[in-house]
Amino acid sequence: MQHGERGKNALIQALLILNAVIMLYPLAVMVLSAFKTNAELFASPFALPESFAPANFSRMWSETSFLRYLGNSVLITAASVALIVVFGTMAAYAIARYPFRLSAAVFLFFLSGLMVPLKLAIIPLFIQLNALGLIDTRAGLTLIYVAMGLPSAVFIMTGFLRTLPAELEESARIEGASELRTMLAIMLPLARPAMVIAAIQNAVPIWNDFFFPLVFISTDALKTLPQGLTVFMGEYNTDWGVLFAGLTLSALPITLVYIALSRQFIAGLTQGAIK
Amino acid sequence: MSSRLRLNVWIAFLLAPGLVVMTLFVAAPLLSSFRYAFYNFNGVLPDTFIGLANFRDVLFEAPFAATTWRALGHNAIVFAALMITQNGLAYLIAFALLKSLPGHRIHQTIVFLPVVLSAVIVGFLWKLFFHPLFGLVNAALAIIGIHGPPWLGNESTALGSIIFTNAWHWVGFPALIFLAGMQRISKETLEAARIDGATDRVLLTSIIWPLVAPSTTIVATLTFIGSFNWFELPYVMAGATGSPGGATDVLGLYFYRTAFGSASSGLQDFGHGSALAVLMFLFLAITSGLGLRYLRRREIEA
Repeated sequence: MQHGERGKNALIQALLILNAVIMLYPLAVMVLSAFKTNAELFASPFALPESFAPANFSRMWSETSFLRYLGNSVLITAASVALIVVFGTMAAYAIARYPFRLSAAVFLFFLSGLMVPLKLAIIPLFIQLNALGLIDTRAGLTLIYVAMGLPSAVFIMTGFLRTLPAELEESARIEGASELRTMLAIMLPLARPAMVIAAIQNAVPIWNDFFFPLVFISTDALKTLPQGLTVFMGEYNTDWGVLFAGLTLSALPITLVYIALSRQFIAGLTQGAIK
Repeated sequence: MSSRLRLNVWIAFLLAPGLVVMTLFVAAPLLSSFRYAFYNFNGVLPDTFIGLANFRDVLFEAPFAATTWRALGHNAIVFAALMITQNGLAYLIAFALLKSLPGHRIHQTIVFLPVVLSAVIVGFLWKLFFHPLFGLVNAALAIIGIHGPPWLGNESTALGSIIFTNAWHWVGFPALIFLAGMQRISKETLEAARIDGATDRVLLTSIIWPLVAPSTTIVATLTFIGSFNWFELPYVMAGATGSPGGATDVLGLYFYRTAFGSASSGLQDFGHGSALAVLMFLFLAITSGLGLRYLRRREIEA
């Protein structure tokens, strides 16, 4: 019995390792291929590269707008996530900590955004941004992302802020602290873990998004990384080494952050699906 | 200023930014999208009210209807295939992770790694791998003497290849949802089953399966919504027209082509596009609503 259990566990471990290989091998090939010439790639696709000279990477660097795309993605993601967390926390604080007449209705209004795939409203959004003069701007794209992210941020933050005990606020008020001070100095520091979850949950889909830039951004200098990648894959489609270098560099930033913060990433991204 | 008024101003200040953004970029566009579907467009401006004509066109009239229904069929295939392959595999991976064997945390991190990558990166990577002459897939098949087809160029294999890529990209997500569901099952329940001599197969099919029903509900609902909004992976791997010959055309691509034009048509058509969007929205809302009712009832029975 005990022996059979051990054998079975060994088999399951072997299957898990096989699964890990299936997940990682394509990514390893991507990275290794980025160091190969076309001739090498086609003659020996499975071999290690002959040298690790970064020729393909330096071509990416000097010949393409990779850095500009990267900069746009960083800027748009950072601005969107910052606004989502700030606006979301403000609204959630009002809903969670103050009884007011329309509280439930306001909460529902925010939550209704969770049910709606905003992609299907792309035509009216296009018309709306056009009327506001925000088509083909990074600000316009950022505002769409803020709208997309607010419902989940309000949901997470309200749930969390409601769990904080009322005594905390009351003692601050007795000592004469203003509402603003109570919120910033007493309450919000306690809500930091929930803010991290809300930030990661929104940062990853915004960083990776392709659909909204595809529709809203046409100026090359304003394109985001996933969108820039499609430009680049078209331009270099006969130069596979450079293509793999482009994919590797595009995947690198989020992969590094993921490796450093994998637990928070997994918690943040599965948060909405696990209660 | 009275303290009550001051408090109300403070509450309004906290709510205002969020409410303004939600109103301008969620509520207003959504309401307009229902209105726009009843208009003929002149460029980006609604021009004349034409009643249900846009809906009639995309559902029943040539050349729209044939594409709509074919795309819907492909979405249904994508949903069914992902439910069985991607989510079936995810269920087994979750069970393997539940054993907490040495290294299970690393396995968890690895299976979730592709999930954090953009569909654009994943799509292009596998497009290169599926290349008929120089791709990794056919190079590997050649070693065992198989002459692989042009995976993405063949009408019979293109959709399947993109579905496979989707499964590779996303399998970690349902796996970790199932794992969280399994971890909520009490240790006593699983111990008792084991003492009664339940094998892993029995555990998986008749003890764990009913108890993770809430996870199944979430996975099925998210897969459904994802499958019927499928856009980025087929766009990157098969282009806006769903090549070859529309074999990979899905509603997301058709909606995008109709609304914003493609290389072949080049024309924006916001009227028909809006009608498609409204129909997709209603279809998703009604079907996932009914599906959820069924799945929730199933949870209680279990």
